[in-house]
Amino acid sequence: MNEVVEREVDRSKLQVSDEVAIEITGMNKWYGSFHVLKDINLTVNQGERIVIAGPSGSGKSTLIRCLNALEEHQQGRIVVDGTELSNDLKNIDKIRREVGMVFQHFNLFPHLTILENLTLAPIWVRKTPKGEAEETAMHFLEKVKIPEQADKYPGQLSGGQQQRVAIARSLCMRPRIMLFDEPTSALDPEMIKEVLDTMIELAEEGMTMLVVTHEMGFARQVANRVIFMDEGQIVEQNEPEEFFNNPQSPRTKLFLSQILGH
Amino acid sequence: MANTEISFVRTEMLQEQAPPALNVGLVGWVRGNLFPDVLSGILTVVALYLIYSLLSGLLPWVFGGVWNAGSLSECREIIAAAHGEGAEAACWAVIHERFWQLMYGFYPDHLYWRPNLALVLLFAAIAPVLFEGAPRKMFWITAASPFIIPWLLWGGTVWVPIMAAMGFVIGYFVYKLVAQVSSNLLGLIAGPLALVIWWLFLSSYASSGLASVIPLELEPVASRKFGGFMLAILLGVTGISMSFPIGIVLALGRQSNLVIIKALCVGFIEFIRGVPLITLLFVAQVMLSYFLPAGTDFDIILRVMIMITLFASAYMAEVIRGGLAALPTGQYEGADSLGLDYWQAQRLIIMPQALKISIPGIVSTFIGLFKDTTLVSIISLSDPIGWVKFIQANAEWNGIVWELYGFVAFVFFLFCFGMSRYSMYLERKLKTGH
Ligand SMILES: Nc1ncnc2c1ncn2[C@@H]1O[C@H](COP(=O)(O)OP(=O)(O)OP(=O)(O)O)[C@@H](O)[C@H]1O
Ligand SMILES: [Mg+2]
Repeated sequence: MNEVVEREVDRSKLQVSDEVAIEITGMNKWYGSFHVLKDINLTVNQGERIVIAGPSGSGKSTLIRCLNALEEHQQGRIVVDGTELSNDLKNIDKIRREVGMVFQHFNLFPHLTILENLTLAPIWVRKTPKGEAEETAMHFLEKVKIPEQADKYPGQLSGGQQQRVAIARSLCMRPRIMLFDEPTSALDPEMIKEVLDTMIELAEEGMTMLVVTHEMGFARQVANRVIFMDEGQIVEQNEPEEFFNNPQSPRTKLFLSQILGH
Repeated sequence: MANTEISFVRTEMLQEQAPPALNVGLVGWVRGNLFPDVLSGILTVVALYLIYSLLSGLLPWVFGGVWNAGSLSECREIIAAAHGEGAEAACWAVIHERFWQLMYGFYPDHLYWRPNLALVLLFAAIAPVLFEGAPRKMFWITAASPFIIPWLLWGGTVWVPIMAAMGFVIGYFVYKLVAQVSSNLLGLIAGPLALVIWWLFLSSYASSGLASVIPLELEPVASRKFGGFMLAILLGVTGISMSFPIGIVLALGRQSNLVIIKALCVGFIEFIRGVPLITLLFVAQVMLSYFLPAGTDFDIILRVMIMITLFASAYMAEVIRGGLAALPTGQYEGADSLGLDYWQAQRLIIMPQALKISIPGIVSTFIGLFKDTTLVSIISLSDPIGWVKFIQANAEWNGIVWELYGFVAFVFFLFCFGMSRYSMYLERKLKTGH
């Protein structure tokens, strides 16, 4: 669980601006009568790298899935990049264009080649001309270091490669915010590093990132804030050093002792 | 250590040896596939004996048959003369003599070129749908053939198909107009509505008006005269090409969040699946005339086409729903998270995968539909089976059975086998896994 990120992180590149990227106020969500998210308040600035940790079932996935309306919240306000998430489909589409998401199981489209996976949304959603979309796609494939796989199908790639393709696919839409839901949990240990390296590079370029992960090494090195959730609530949030060395709540202490203490 | 003379590494590779003769070539194949052990060996021998006795009876009957004779009794005389009294052989003469009727029914024989041309057009129209290699321009033929083929078959003034096609143009402009002044959704309702109004009430005036100004027509042929394989193919092709899109829409409707749409789709599917096709055909034959305003001349073939299409659509919808259910929710989420809207996600991500999964089921439904067209003989349309009965009722051919049914079965088999091979080809082509 405590994979060490070997790549040196240039922390001087990690800058946070005071522009607000996401603002959540008094947000509540229920599945039927089950209260999953309870009174969530969170402000994320442009350029922040936030790691969300917490025990299984605590609502981490649900929280970040609410941010691009994959899940609907019932109470409170969510404002992403100046647009409020409401029932208005136009707003939802607008936010989804600005927010990229990377899933635990990649969710690549198996019937399309890697290149087609990457160009699909730019062509159909952003109406980018095909040639230009392909150029962008190749640019991002090079960035995640697998340009030679462009004409293969997802089923022919390793898990780590597929996840990097998934990251590149999101980047092709030029999002301002990236959400990661346990991006390395479905990967073998030797592939985790290649995906984390890609994410570190993104952070260094100033991407706003919300990452649900159990990779505490990544949290220590890259995050500027760690949020601990339990039973649908944000229990504690702090800078990584403080969070790991000096946890306040007993629940955080218990969680950290379980996850770091083997 | 440094100066050892002994090499630990093999410097020359061994030659490859031929595998033991028992594993390769004909002997190897026979051993591996026919006689791998005692029990399988015995089964092979028994099976070979059964195949032999079947073929030794059948082949002489088929190939020793008589091709030229005017009646069944004449056939029997020829066979008796050739092979001796009591010998059995096929009397293919009946196929020879009645071939054109089995193919076209009572369609006037000086107009056979029209169904022939229609068939050629049909092949040209489906080629670009079936094979990626076909020139993309051929899609124009695909788009035009639903209007040209009926005109070729039924004849009449050329303005009827042109005005029918006009309906789509009008519908499209109404959609554009309404979508611009109000909302897209209203446009989507108004466009098709305009199309239906045009078809039902206006196009007949337009076409008869135009026909009186510029009379351009083919000799009309009544539906009663349609028959044989031409009718079977006509019903099969319209059923297949209409039930596929309707089935997709029904399957999507059944998954919809909109309660009323969902209820309508479920109700339709369950109702149609709960009723035998033959009942629907009787409804088409008898009952529809009660519901329709008196004096409406609603073509019997058209009615049957509608019933067969509805019947196949319900099954198609369920087959496609199976494909949709097999897709992981991650595919929907992936599409949503990239900002694709519902229709884009369906068209680009969901349907291509769901349809690929459902290919075997879809083709089975097509094959079933094509074979079910023979049921129309029960409501006295003269499809191939209907024709077999007509011919048997004839004094010359009274008593002939195997040759006629065998021939009909053979032609059906060719079509259905073709569809099945195509589906296998498609599955192989679309395979993108490891
Ligand atoms: N569609 C759903 N319907 C009902 N309950 C759900 C649904 N999705 C999630 N839940 C419940 O909501 C709670 C929070 O789920 P969530 O997936 O957000 O947890 P998580 O913190 O991401 O857990 P994990 O670390 O295991 O991924 C869980 O108790 C889960 O059982
Ligand atoms: Mg989760």
